[in-house]
Amino acid sequence: MAGRTLYDKIWDAHLVSEDAATGEALMFIDLHLIHEVTTPQAFAGLKAAGRGVRRPDLTLAVADHNTPTENQALGLAGVKDEAARNQLQALTRNVAEYGIEFFPMGDLRNGIVHVVGPEQGRTQPGMTIVFGDSHTSTHGAFGSLAHGIGTSEVEHVLATQTLRARKMKNMAVDIHGDLAPGVTAKDLALHLIAKIGTAGGTGCVMEFRGPAIRGLSMEGRMTLCNLSIEGGARAGLVAPDEKTFAYMKGRPAAPKAGAWEMAEKYWSTLFSDDDAHWDEVVEIDAKDVEPTITWGTSPEQAIALSGNVPDPAEISDQVKKSAIERALEYMGLEAGQKIAGTPVQRVFIGSCTNSRIEDLRAAADVARTGHVSTGVRAMVVPGSGLVRAQAEAEGLDEIFLSAGFEWREPGCSMCLGMNPDILAPGERCASTSNRNFEGRQGRGGRTHLMSPVLAARAAITGIIG
Amino acid sequence: MKAFTKLRSTAAPLLDKGKLMANVDTDMIIPKQFLKTTERVGLSEGLFHELKTMADGSPNPDFVLNRPAYSAAGVLVAGENFGCGSSREHAPWALLDQGITCVIAPSFADIFYNNCGKNGILAIALPLHVCEALAGQAGGNNSVFEIDLETKSVTGPDGETYAFDYDEGRREKLLKGLDDIALSLKADSDIAAFESKRKLTTPWLEKI
Repeated sequence: MAGRTLYDKIWDAHLVSEDAATGEALMFIDLHLIHEVTTPQAFAGLKAAGRGVRRPDLTLAVADHNTPTENQALGLAGVKDEAARNQLQALTRNVAEYGIEFFPMGDLRNGIVHVVGPEQGRTQPGMTIVFGDSHTSTHGAFGSLAHGIGTSEVEHVLATQTLRARKMKNMAVDIHGDLAPGVTAKDLALHLIAKIGTAGGTGCVMEFRGPAIRGLSMEGRMTLCNLSIEGGARAGLVAPDEKTFAYMKGRPAAPKAGAWEMAEKYWSTLFSDDDAHWDEVVEIDAKDVEPTITWGTSPEQAIALSGNVPDPAEISDQVKKSAIERALEYMGLEAGQKIAGTPVQRVFIGSCTNSRIEDLRAAADVARTGHVSTGVRAMVVPGSGLVRAQAEAEGLDEIFLSAGFEWREPGCSMCLGMNPDILAPGERCASTSNRNFEGRQGRGGRTHLMSPVLAARAAITGIIG
Repeated sequence: MKAFTKLRSTAAPLLDKGKLMANVDTDMIIPKQFLKTTERVGLSEGLFHELKTMADGSPNPDFVLNRPAYSAAGVLVAGENFGCGSSREHAPWALLDQGITCVIAPSFADIFYNNCGKNGILAIALPLHVCEALAGQAGGNNSVFEIDLETKSVTGPDGETYAFDYDEGRREKLLKGLDDIALSLKADSDIAAFESKRKLTTPWLEKI
């Protein structure tokens, strides 16, 4: 048998049947995560067709996108936005009707679903995981095939516990050598996206390989896989190893003694064979990766912190040139200017990309060296109630608060501004999130994506640098 | 799902400084504040909201879908990597609600492309120069485009016809407006057999 990639192995292990007429396969789904925004229409569709939820026991619900990040103890009554409250109520009703486990807002286990899954030990190697959110790719850090789906597919998974899927292509992302000290997974991800573009991984599952990946913590691997969708790949993968197993051991939903040994034996087979076929290979020299941030309105518009914003006059590709012109205008930047030194008014440390304990520790290490600059509003939003509790146990909240940062309650917050946390027009934000699209964090808002360390530094100094 | 067979309609080009706009993300197609609905209809209000309105909320007279000659377009022509970013199916729902059932671009992001197929929207990939040629003819009410999924062809107002590739399985479903869930439920015994096997091979995943 020819060698297989990790993706091939997971695909094969979940193949239920193939539909010759449509060219699609039915793939069994091990874990279906759901939330308030991309499910109400799916439940309505189920009801209209008189269908039920096939495997509520393999489904977990959280509320994360439009939950406010303060006063969560008030419950839904504390959600001022009527439409948001309505959506949260619909989720509450639907999960009760179909018997789906739910970590509601205010529950210590609630938070951003991509933080919650791994934290609870629900995300496990070799699984198939889907969710109506594109950053589901995060869970690939554990060697699980995880990707975002649309609401029609959410309805399909609820009804059948399968997804109609087509095999994607295999892309190897090989990182040669080790990252320099101080260079994070976020820098590596932005560097990669700048290199391949936001459509570079379209149609592919990306597997990240090499010593630099082995060297990353599980949190770092999650950051990297999280951003694979920004490089166009629906799913990112890192083969599981001892670090993965150590992270999982003892978590509430991890296999218990007895089952653990059987599971670990299986997990140890989850790697790409040496003779596996790759449709595409991207190679990156780790020593070329510097602290990296975005200057424009697409994640591919990223440069080294030491670099200059591009000058459209020097770009020959007409599509890229006009995109750069538009982005410069939107971002209020001059062609060719240095990006370092640009003043910011807002700082956001949070999101499914960078809101885990390691991220907060890194930001707190910077925060303890100074105070938030005059004229800057800086928010720290932990990824889950448990991350928040852990940070408080370590005294990180005290560090942030005494340095002038806001210490918020968990949720997606300002990453997409579906809640009260948004930018005002023209405000410039140093953000640890994942998308710098026009208007993403609020109409006219200007987002620079970067690591927690760089964002915390921007808060203290008032400038990017 | 409504079937897509043929469409005769005007087209609207999505331009920025005279060029087809590339990397149009789903946040741009429908911004976050319109995702709080529990309905699939009524979303056209949010379609391209930040492009079609001025900062004060008044309509932007220059935005293509606000111009009378294009406001009834059933076809949208755009640049490469259309629909990147968020998986929100509100993006195709908003297009449908506007009456747009066909999008032509050099390339599409995966999730958006998939979501279109689930909603009776035909997303056609054609080379950039063809998209530019089509956009150039999108001149308003009298410029009718004919999109034919039976023959997999696009005919512009000038009579020139372009063939496009479209996966046979997807085409079959779109032509007949097939319901995916009904199709999959036919494989119910396969799913049950898989579940029985799964209990033995990965028992630790039985209750997670």
